[in-house]
Amino acid sequence: MAIRNVTLAGLDREQLLHMHYQMVLIRRFEEKAAEEYTLGKIGGFLHLYIGQEASGVGALSALRPEDYVVSSYREHGHAILKGIDPKAVMAELFGKATGCSKGRGGSMHMYSAEHNLIGGQAIVGAQLAIGTGIGFASQYEGKQSVVSVMFGDGAADEGAFHEALNLASLWKLPVVYYCENNQYSMGMAVTKAWSVSSLEPRAAAYGMAYERVDGMDLLAVRETMLRAAERARKGEGPTLVESVTYRFRGHSMADPAYYRTRDEEARWRSSRDPIALFEAKLKENDIITDDDIAAANMRADEVVEECAQFAEESPVPEPDALYDDVLADGTGAIAWRNQPSTPRD
Amino acid sequence: MTGVTLGKALNLALHDALQSDSRVVMFGEDVGNLGGVFRVTDGLQEEFGRERVFNTPLAEATIAALALGMAMKGFRPVAEMQFDAFSYPSFQQVTSNIAKYHTRTGGAVNMQLVIRIPYGGNIGAIEQHSESPETYYAHTAGLKVVTPSTPADAYGLLLGAIKDPDPVIFLEPKARYWMRQDIDIPAPPLPLDRAQVVREGRDATLIAYGPTVQTALLAAEQGESEGVSLEVVDLRSLSPLDMDTLAASVRKTRRAVVVHEAPVFMGLGAEIVAQLMHDLFDVLEAPIERVGNATIPYPPSRFEKLFLPDADRILEAVDRTREY
Repeated sequence: MAIRNVTLAGLDREQLLHMHYQMVLIRRFEEKAAEEYTLGKIGGFLHLYIGQEASGVGALSALRPEDYVVSSYREHGHAILKGIDPKAVMAELFGKATGCSKGRGGSMHMYSAEHNLIGGQAIVGAQLAIGTGIGFASQYEGKQSVVSVMFGDGAADEGAFHEALNLASLWKLPVVYYCENNQYSMGMAVTKAWSVSSLEPRAAAYGMAYERVDGMDLLAVRETMLRAAERARKGEGPTLVESVTYRFRGHSMADPAYYRTRDEEARWRSSRDPIALFEAKLKENDIITDDDIAAANMRADEVVEECAQFAEESPVPEPDALYDDVLADGTGAIAWRNQPSTPRD
Repeated sequence: MTGVTLGKALNLALHDALQSDSRVVMFGEDVGNLGGVFRVTDGLQEEFGRERVFNTPLAEATIAALALGMAMKGFRPVAEMQFDAFSYPSFQQVTSNIAKYHTRTGGAVNMQLVIRIPYGGNIGAIEQHSESPETYYAHTAGLKVVTPSTPADAYGLLLGAIKDPDPVIFLEPKARYWMRQDIDIPAPPLPLDRAQVVREGRDATLIAYGPTVQTALLAAEQGESEGVSLEVVDLRSLSPLDMDTLAASVRKTRRAVVVHEAPVFMGLGAEIVAQLMHDLFDVLEAPIERVGNATIPYPPSRFEKLFLPDADRILEAVDRTREY
């Protein structure tokens, strides 16, 4: 097969291969995280992004570095895509001092000021209000920055969703409300949770632009997001984007996923895997070879191994560091410090 | 029944309540077919049907308000919040409406409802999944706040909460869901306003509740091997407080240590210490000590054991009261 230097959706071969690599990297990263979690290296909860890679890579590739992202607890991929070193993301999962939140945030609270990642949120729907606040500040300052609020179908049922969308639409805030509809809010199928079959009527209720996109189709997601971001940047107000996707794993590592059939999962995996779909499209256009794909996988494997090694070898924060960063005026304002305890035998 | 976990005991209480009173209904996020994150409602939908046990969309404020509406119509709703910090989005309905409706209607309307909330740490989670929100609720007039420490109490107190005419915030110590005990069931509901002396002693009283009762008992055992006789009182009810039982114990031992996972600053211990100091000023041999968390967001899992009360920290506090 002769490789052609064609463009797809205005992207050249190098850009397309890079986006392919990003999807592969996120998947390998999550697989590695699952492995380390099973080994007890990662504490707390772990929510994997596997299956939603096109939804993330497509959306965030449409943003600029100065744009903000605020996300849910399923945000490892978003953190990497926003430019945080995957090593710092893995170290955060390990709770190490070299993590992007100094080991204080963990899986659900990745943060980087430098990369305009406002953070993951463990409280479902919190990011809708927070992103609206960032959007308001951005507009107030007269900046061109756009805010992308990443949330799932479950968050669209929280009160914060409705408060945020009304206000943002009223004030034409530069926000894209990006719903990654992965079909389940933990164990509840979206068809049982929503009074509507898509978010379109909810957007209409707030006089907001709406676009629905196949979240497994990387380029379609990207183009949708480009339009939404452009509207926000031009002061035309927010857009509600509904990206229809599927999480291939359970809600978290602890979820046995009794609420859906193994058949249903297998169907999505075999026919709707976003990485496989993109590879097929690139092959169809003679843009990628099997060697390219193997090389991307090998490179991603190497990177995630380095991530795990870095996280493993990084220092644990000092216990006393937990008294830091509680209040900005320093530790003097701590109301109660525990006395260090000495084991009795 | 032998070897019943605390989680199973709660499940049995819910089962018996559903069976004995057709007005009891249960709802929350994933409480139906999945049986809740901690499987406390496991099998209940299957047995009692979707009319009685059902899932709601993610909407904590409205879940609380559903309970309000059902209570107003004479049902006996039991709502579940999935984790401690997930109850905060429902806070407005609980504190502004559920807690006040009885007063606001001149006593015409009872808010006979229960909101179950798994709380506390020690499960290797992190902030928002390990918090101790009891004082937020105990600080609000019009609510009762209850927490069990054993499977037997979990069964009896939950039945009592469902039968109680007032709104009950039922806090479940999630790290103790797997604690096992032989229990006799069915058993009558327990009164909600009685603390219990769970171990008798002479030299000091350990006042604990929920997840820290077992820790206090462990400390008492270790204390005994060191020649110190410690009494342990399990509060069970955090609001109202059974000050009679506490005062009787401290009148006897003349020293006390309050133990909770919540931050010490403005924690429940502050109120208990203030009342005991006021009522037993002449009796106390030493200032009452408190063992709890520092004023920091709940620590990452790696560090939680350093910050949670353990037997060593409790015994050090006992030493301070004895060396005063």
